[in-house]
Amino acid sequence: MSDGPAAQSPWQTVTITGIEKRTPRVTSFFLQPSRPFAYRAGQHVDVRLTAPDGYQARRSYSIASAPESGETIELAIERLDDGEVSPFFHEVAAVGDEVELRGPLGGHFVWSDSDGGPLLLVGGGSGVVPLMAMIRHRAARKSAVPAALVFSARIWDEVIFRDELIGLHDRRDGFDLVLTLTREAARRPADYSRRVDAAMMVQSMARLPAPPRHAFVCGSNAFVSVAAQALIDAGVPAGFIRTERYGV
Amino acid sequence: MVTRGFFSGRRPPTDADARIPPGQYLEQGFPVLSAGPTPRVRTEDWSFTLKHGPRPIKKWNWTEFNALPLTKMTRDIHCVTAWTKFDTAWQGVLVDDILADAGIEPPTAFTLALSFDGYTTNVPTKDITAGKAMVALLYEGKPITSDHGGPARLLVPHLYFWKSAKWLNGLQFTERDEPGFWELRGYHIYGDPWREQRYTGDP
Repeated sequence: MSDGPAAQSPWQTVTITGIEKRTPRVTSFFLQPSRPFAYRAGQHVDVRLTAPDGYQARRSYSIASAPESGETIELAIERLDDGEVSPFFHEVAAVGDEVELRGPLGGHFVWSDSDGGPLLLVGGGSGVVPLMAMIRHRAARKSAVPAALVFSARIWDEVIFRDELIGLHDRRDGFDLVLTLTREAARRPADYSRRVDAAMMVQSMARLPAPPRHAFVCGSNAFVSVAAQALIDAGVPAGFIRTERYGV
Repeated sequence: MVTRGFFSGRRPPTDADARIPPGQYLEQGFPVLSAGPTPRVRTEDWSFTLKHGPRPIKKWNWTEFNALPLTKMTRDIHCVTAWTKFDTAWQGVLVDDILADAGIEPPTAFTLALSFDGYTTNVPTKDITAGKAMVALLYEGKPITSDHGGPARLLVPHLYFWKSAKWLNGLQFTERDEPGFWELRGYHIYGDPWREQRYTGDP
């Protein structure tokens, strides 16, 4: 990798133009930047909230939308009960509200169709968000890069972007969706009902025409540790694997 | 800009304010962040090399390195992802003591920390000498777990924590300030939390 320094921008005001509930705990917020905002699939932004007395809280959120998807950017935010910023989004934020945003940020956990593939994506829970940006980017570019997403969720109703992902899978254009539910039975024929492991990675990789050249893993630290080790055990070189970890 | 409807937040206790750099919040846990899979480095395979440019100056194995003077350092640490953790307790070998064991003075003004997984990060040499930094071997009295960078990680607590390279296997003195892994990917070349030097272009 030889990415140059990403162009950095200072804070800007963005307007919430849409809110869409994705799962019981995850809601998408569509933000309209006040000036042009060019980003790459996989990047994140910092969001900053300011209280009347000047107290500020900031958190990082991955971008779910593809760079090609128009002017608004989509953040899919999971509600954390002991959180400081996510409860504001889930309980207070309304269409028309303004928040401050900085970015795009991060020059490592990024993929574009010109990077090629095959591409193997492994997401746990809301860790699917930056991977969704890559999948949407691939679709928007009508890319022929073979790609597979192994997506682990607790239950069927917590599969974020479920209908859209199944729709993309059904196009049969080289993108394969593999779901694994850790607390429910599998619903689709080739899906799983257990935590990710090396055997699942081997079988998922077999759906690609060649071994992956780029693997991206995102989720909680516990999930990423297990999934990255499963990829290594399945024969993916460590140097091909990029990770992003959420939280504690 | 005041955010409509944002009042409370998770304010730190007033007496903690002075210890929390701008834009940071107080974290009780110890979050884990890294760019790739966690390397499992066995102590029998571990080594640490001091280099001047490409030239090795001295190399230690795990036993030799653990025979160097151990120093305790309890410090607040600050991650660029905005969490600050108070009073983290480390033990390890001061960079000063590594240099003394190698019998050298710092040969250049800049240093690159090197890791087993290929990660690098740059720090001015003056920021890791004079008691400011160590190669940490213990966290809270126990061996550092692999996801926190064990067997050994750099500890430069006064800079954002990505400078405290995990899975450390060497320090390389460089003639110029050479950007490391994150510094080439949009993060600040120096990374002072008190000046909020998070990203490229921050003052």
